[in-house]
Amino acid sequence: MNASVVVAPILVPLVAALFGALGPRRPGYQRTVGLLGAFGLFVAAMGLLASVFVEGVIAVQIGDWPAPFGITLAADRLSAAMVAATGLVAFTVVLYSTAEIPDDVVTAGFYPFVHVLLLGVCGAFVAGDLFNLYVWFEVMLLASFVLLALGSGRAALTSSITYVALNLLASAFFLIGVGFLYGQVGTLNFADLSLKLGDPAALDAARPAALLLLIAFGIKAGVFPVFFWLPAAYPNASFAVSALFAGLLTKVGVYALLRVFTLVFPLEALGLAPGLLAVAAATMASGVLAAASQAHVRRILSFHIVSQIGYMVLALALVTTLGLASAVFYIVHHIVTKTNLFLVGGLIARAGGSEQLDQIGGLSQRRLGLTMLFAIPALSLAGVPPFSGFFAKFFLIRSALEADAIVAVTFAVVVGLLTIYSMAKIWIEAFWKPAPAETHLDEPLPRAALVACAMLAVVTITLGVGAEALWSFALATAEQLADPQEYLNAVLGDPT
Amino acid sequence: MSLLILRTASRYLFPLLLLFSVFLLWRGHHEPGGGFVGGLVAATAFVLIALAEGAPSARERLRLAPERLAVCGVAVATLSGAVGWFLGEPFLTGIWWAASPGESPVVGTPLLFDLGVYLSVIGVVLAFLLTLIEETK
Amino acid sequence: MNVLLALAIGTTFGIAVLWLLRGSLWSLLLGLALLGHASHLLIFVGGGLAVAAPPLVAEGALAPAAGAADPLPQALVLTAIVIAFAILAFALVLAVCAGDAANTDDLDAYGGESQ
Repeated sequence: MNASVVVAPILVPLVAALFGALGPRRPGYQRTVGLLGAFGLFVAAMGLLASVFVEGVIAVQIGDWPAPFGITLAADRLSAAMVAATGLVAFTVVLYSTAEIPDDVVTAGFYPFVHVLLLGVCGAFVAGDLFNLYVWFEVMLLASFVLLALGSGRAALTSSITYVALNLLASAFFLIGVGFLYGQVGTLNFADLSLKLGDPAALDAARPAALLLLIAFGIKAGVFPVFFWLPAAYPNASFAVSALFAGLLTKVGVYALLRVFTLVFPLEALGLAPGLLAVAAATMASGVLAAASQAHVRRILSFHIVSQIGYMVLALALVTTLGLASAVFYIVHHIVTKTNLFLVGGLIARAGGSEQLDQIGGLSQRRLGLTMLFAIPALSLAGVPPFSGFFAKFFLIRSALEADAIVAVTFAVVVGLLTIYSMAKIWIEAFWKPAPAETHLDEPLPRAALVACAMLAVVTITLGVGAEALWSFALATAEQLADPQEYLNAVLGDPT
Repeated sequence: MSLLILRTASRYLFPLLLLFSVFLLWRGHHEPGGGFVGGLVAATAFVLIALAEGAPSARERLRLAPERLAVCGVAVATLSGAVGWFLGEPFLTGIWWAASPGESPVVGTPLLFDLGVYLSVIGVVLAFLLTLIEETK
Repeated sequence: MNVLLALAIGTTFGIAVLWLLRGSLWSLLLGLALLGHASHLLIFVGGGLAVAAPPLVAEGALAPAAGAADPLPQALVLTAIVIAFAILAFALVLAVCAGDAANTDDLDAYGGESQ
C-alpha cells in the first residue's frame, strides 16, 4: 500500500497523458481528461502528504530491485510537500486553462503535454537517485519546450531558443557531474552517496562533481548570473503555461539544490556556503532591480521569480536547520503565490486589453472581484501580514539573524522593500490610474479562471493564518534534511 | 532510373527487416538485442520505403499515425508495469509465466515492456524522420 | 587508451564550445549536439573503461561471471543518448520553425522581446 502512495503522483499524470493522447481529439474530451487528471494528481499528492506525515519517509524499490542497485523512489517530508504544492498548482492551472486555451491548441495535444510536464515534475520530487533526477528533468524539459511553442506567436518561438539552449547546457553540466561522481564514488543513489561521501577524502575528490551539479541546478533554478532564459521565455507563453512554469519549473531546480546539497554534499563540509550566499544576494538584488525597470505585467513577475529564488537559495546557504525550515516555508508560499499572480495577470490582460502597464488602468473601479484577487497574492508577495509572504520573509530574516548573517538580513529587507515597490507599480498603473479612453472591455471574466484564482487566494490566506502549523511542518522537514538517518534507513533498510 | 534498384530491393528488404527487428526484440531477453534496437531496425524498414516510394507510402504501410504508435507503446509499457502492481508487488516488478510448472519461464511482463519500447521507438523515430523527409520534398 | 579518450573528449568539448560561441542558430544546435556527445563519452569513460566480458548472466547462473564489465555506465549512457536524441530532434524542429519566424540565422535576433 505504501508503495502505491509514492508511485501514484507519477502514474496519475502518465495515465492522464495517455488517455488524452489516445482518445478523440475533441476539445470537450481533452479538457475533461485534462481536468480529471489534474484533480486525480491533487488527490494523489494529498494522499502522499498524509502518508508521509503519519509514517515518515517512504521508499519504494521499483521492480523490486534492492537499493542501491535498482531505481529507488523515496518521499520524505520535503518531497511530499513539493508534490502536494504541485497537485494544487496543477489543478488550479488546468482549471484556469479550460477558459483560456483555444480549441485548436487543445486538439493539438495541449493537455497531454501538460500532464507529461507534471509527470516530470512529480518524478523529480520523488526520485531517489541522481540519474533518475536527470531523466525526470529531461521529461519536464521536453514537455516545456512543446508547451512553450504550442500555438504561440513569433516572439514565443524565437525566445524559446534561448530557453532551449540554456537548459540543454544545464543538462550537459548535470550529465558531466553525474559521470564524474559515478567514476569517483561508484554509486548514484542519494542514500548510498550520502554514506560514501561521509568520508572526507571521498568528499574532497568529488568536489568537481559537486560544482558541476551546482552550476546545472543553478541554471535550472535561475540564479545569478544564469537567469536570463527565464524572463525571456515566460512572458511569451500563454498565461496558463507561464503560471505552470512560474510555479513549478524553477522550484524543481531549487528542490534539487536542497536535496543534493544537504543529503549528498553537505554545503558546510564543501565550504561552498559563503559563495552560495553571495550568489543568492546577487540573485535577489538583480531580479528585483530588473523587475523595477519593467512596465509589462508578466515581465515584472518573471523577474520577481528570479529575486525570490534568491531568497530560497539564501535560506539554504545559511546552513542551519532554521534556514532550511525557512527555505521550505518560502518555497511552499512562493509556489502558491506566484502561480496565482501569473493567473491574475492573465485576467488583468483580459479585462484591460493589454499587459503593458501604460495601456491599461482603472480596473479597481470596474472590476472589484479582480481587484481583490490581485490584492491578496500581491500583498502576500510583498510580505504584508497576515498573508503567507510576511511569515516567509519573517522566518527567513529571523533565521539569518540567528546565523549572524547581517549582510543577508540587509539584502532581504532592502529587496523586500523593492518588491513592495513593483507590486505597488502594477497596482497604481493597472488599478488606480484612470483608464485610457479606448479600452472599455466589459465582457465578464470567465468563471473557471476566477474560481481557480480564488482557490489559490484562499490557500494563500490559509497559509498566512495557519503559519504556525506550516512552520512546525517546515521545521520537522528541516530536521529530516539535516539528519538524514531516517531517509537512509528507509532507502537502504534499517541496519538495526 | 537509379530508384528502380532501390524500389525493387526495398520491396524485398522491408519484410526481412521487420522480421529481423522482431527477432532482435525476442532475443533481447537473454542476449544482446531488445526493444530499442528492434524498434530502430523496424523504423529503418519504413524509412527505406519512404526513401524509395515516398513518405505517403510509408505512412500507408504503417497504418497508424507514428505519433499515435509512440503513445500506444508508452501505454503498453505502463500496463506491463501495472501487472506486477496489481499482483501486490512494487511497480514494474517482472512477472513470469512458465509454459508448464518446473520449466524455466518463457513469457513475462518484461517482454511486454520491451514491446512497448519497440513500438514507441518506431513511432518517435518515424514521426521525426517522415516529417523531415516530407519537409525536404 | 585512456589518454587517447581523454584527448578525444577534450577535443569534442572544445569544438562544441567553439560552435556554441559562433552566434548563429545552426552552429548553436551543432554545438549543443556535440556537447551532448562529449558528455556521454565522459560518462562512459568516467565509469571505468576496461577490456572485459559483456555483463551477461549465463544460463543457470545468478550473477555475471567474474571480470565482466560494469553494466551501469552502459545503461546510463544508453539512456542519456536516447534522451539527447529525442530532445535534439525536437530542438531541430523548433529551430526550423523559429528560423522561419525570425528569418535570420543571427542569434542576436532571438532576444525574446515581444513585438
